Amino acid sequence: MSTSTTSAFQPNARGYYGEFGGAFIPEMLYPNVEELREQYLQILAEPEFQAEYQLLLRDYVGRPTPLFEAKRLSARYNTRIYLKREDLCHTGAHKVNNTVGQILLAKRLGKTRIIAETGAGQHGVATATVCALMGLECIVYMGKTDTERQKPNVERMRLLGAKVVAVTSGSQTLKDATNEAIRDWISNPVDTHYIIGSVVGPHPYPDLVARLQSVISEEMRKQLLEKVGRELPDYVVACVGGGSNAAGAFYHFLDEPSVQLVAVEAAGHGIHSGHSAATSVLGTPGIIHGSRTLLMQDEHGQITEPYSISAGLDYPGIGPLHAYLGSSGRARFISIEDEDALTAVAECSRLEGIIPALETAHALAALGQLGAGPEDVVVINLSGRGDKDLETYMKYADKLK
Amino acid sequence: MPNRIQEAFAKKGQNLLNVYFTAGYPKLHDTIPLIEALTEAGADLIEIGMPFSDPLADGPVIQQSSSVALANGMNLYVLFEQLQEVRAKVPDTPLLLMGYLNPIMQFGMEKFCQAAAEAGVDGLILPDLPLVEYEEEYQAIFKKYNLQPVFLITPQTAPERIRHMDTLTDAFLYLVSGPGTTGGANTQAEGVQEAYFERIADMKLRNPRLIGFGIGDKASFQRAASHAHGAIIGSAFIRALEDTPDAPAAAKRFVSSILN
Repeated sequence: MSTSTTSAFQPNARGYYGEFGGAFIPEMLYPNVEELREQYLQILAEPEFQAEYQLLLRDYVGRPTPLFEAKRLSARYNTRIYLKREDLCHTGAHKVNNTVGQILLAKRLGKTRIIAETGAGQHGVATATVCALMGLECIVYMGKTDTERQKPNVERMRLLGAKVVAVTSGSQTLKDATNEAIRDWISNPVDTHYIIGSVVGPHPYPDLVARLQSVISEEMRKQLLEKVGRELPDYVVACVGGGSNAAGAFYHFLDEPSVQLVAVEAAGHGIHSGHSAATSVLGTPGIIHGSRTLLMQDEHGQITEPYSISAGLDYPGIGPLHAYLGSSGRARFISIEDEDALTAVAECSRLEGIIPALETAHALAALGQLGAGPEDVVVINLSGRGDKDLETYMKYADKLK
Repeated sequence: MPNRIQEAFAKKGQNLLNVYFTAGYPKLHDTIPLIEALTEAGADLIEIGMPFSDPLADGPVIQQSSSVALANGMNLYVLFEQLQEVRAKVPDTPLLLMGYLNPIMQFGMEKFCQAAAEAGVDGLILPDLPLVEYEEEYQAIFKKYNLQPVFLITPQTAPERIRHMDTLTDAFLYLVSGPGTTGGANTQAEGVQEAYFERIADMKLRNPRLIGFGIGDKASFQRAASHAHGAIIGSAFIRALEDTPDAPAAAKRFVSSILN
């Protein structure tokens, strides 16, 4: 995990990456967010914190995750493809890297009650998991629509002892679950820590979550040195909803201009179909969940509902770091439609024996568009496994042949 | 020269009633009739809510009224068009616009302040505009158009921060009654809320104080007003407008039930 603050891609004191970021929060949240802002860097740097965090990452999460040379995919795309196996983390996705760190932080802040939002349920499960581990009360807000389409994850959270609140306000999905979690925090300003699951929200959350996920790229560099004889790949590819797995995969390559960073968004039924979540193309600057970033909105500044086949990518904004990486040209954004993501699910399953999550499949589907040559090293962040999506895969079985 | 807000406090001194409603609710063109009715019935200040899709500091009642207002076609262009005639009809009652930053940013902050000033608006309540952003980005624009910012104070707000807010406005300070969003019930132990109100009263601030969040009837209004200069009612008023064929008449009945 990084404690460096020298990069051009680190936020300034007010939490801005270029023009994006900040902390646009009502006064009711100010003491909590300010407490976190004042203390997070110091706590993250404490040797005792680091010792406990690293031990849990190793023995509980199962890190380091392997970097796997995908030979058959490499042959298919005539380049050198490596998969960073975040799908092998405990709970099945990278999300737990963040929740392990934040639960330790919450304990040091003296908090006894944990809240979280979740879309597909992966972050909710990762939060419920660490709350069970630490014996802390856990309340997860999930849009009612999502509780219905992600039932197994709801049951997993309940089994882990969490209370799952089905959110019925607004569009009843991730955006509204986040609103309700923020309202809970407003109502419980003293004893509660809000574990945000992505690099979104008011400063310092985008930076906090990016740092906790940065272990992904830290390991990649070491593993690449071992496997290909150089720390720097030519491409790092990751899917982006809010952008936490991409932030972690890009983090230690941000200041290495030879590494092409590729962020893959969900185009849904097509970018201009009216059913898309490609925020970098469709979004304009505005404020969502306390952060100035790119978001999907109408001409009057009302936030619009995104669409993707993948519940983890249908968020109407992106983290401020990604908005900055896009606008500054540091990262290239690609959008992938539902159908192509499903094709990539089948391809990765058949060629490598790995069933990816729908979110991750968007990153895999970008392989054909990279322009990578035979000697180029491409690392795909395989952010999650596909078990949770089995129902969707069964529904679209004809497309997965 | 004192502004309309200061004049209202100077005239009445205590028990001022500030009523919030969401513009465009229950019907798109209820805005002006509601402002007239509230004024006639005795409301001392009026907060006009600018509906937003994701009102973070608000509870379910105001969120629902916002959704209805947006579906009715309310937006800032429509609102400012409606407000063109407001000062011809209601010359003295202080008017405040309350809402979230994103729609204003898309409209343009300077253009927004100019339109508000031309309509005769006196103050702005923007809960997700933090103090530091206000001072660094927007204070000069507010001043140029003579619009007063209203800052929220909670039981957790540090005294030095309250004093600082007090120097930045010539309107009033908005005391959030306790933890929670708008329209919630008071769940605090007896005496906790009073101790907080009295602690702020004892600070002898320059500006008067209004208490809001969870105030909904005559009893809670009187109780809150006794610890400050008055109180703010929003969600309870929105509920009184639900399913009513005659919003202005319902507004008059509601204000009368609080004041008489």
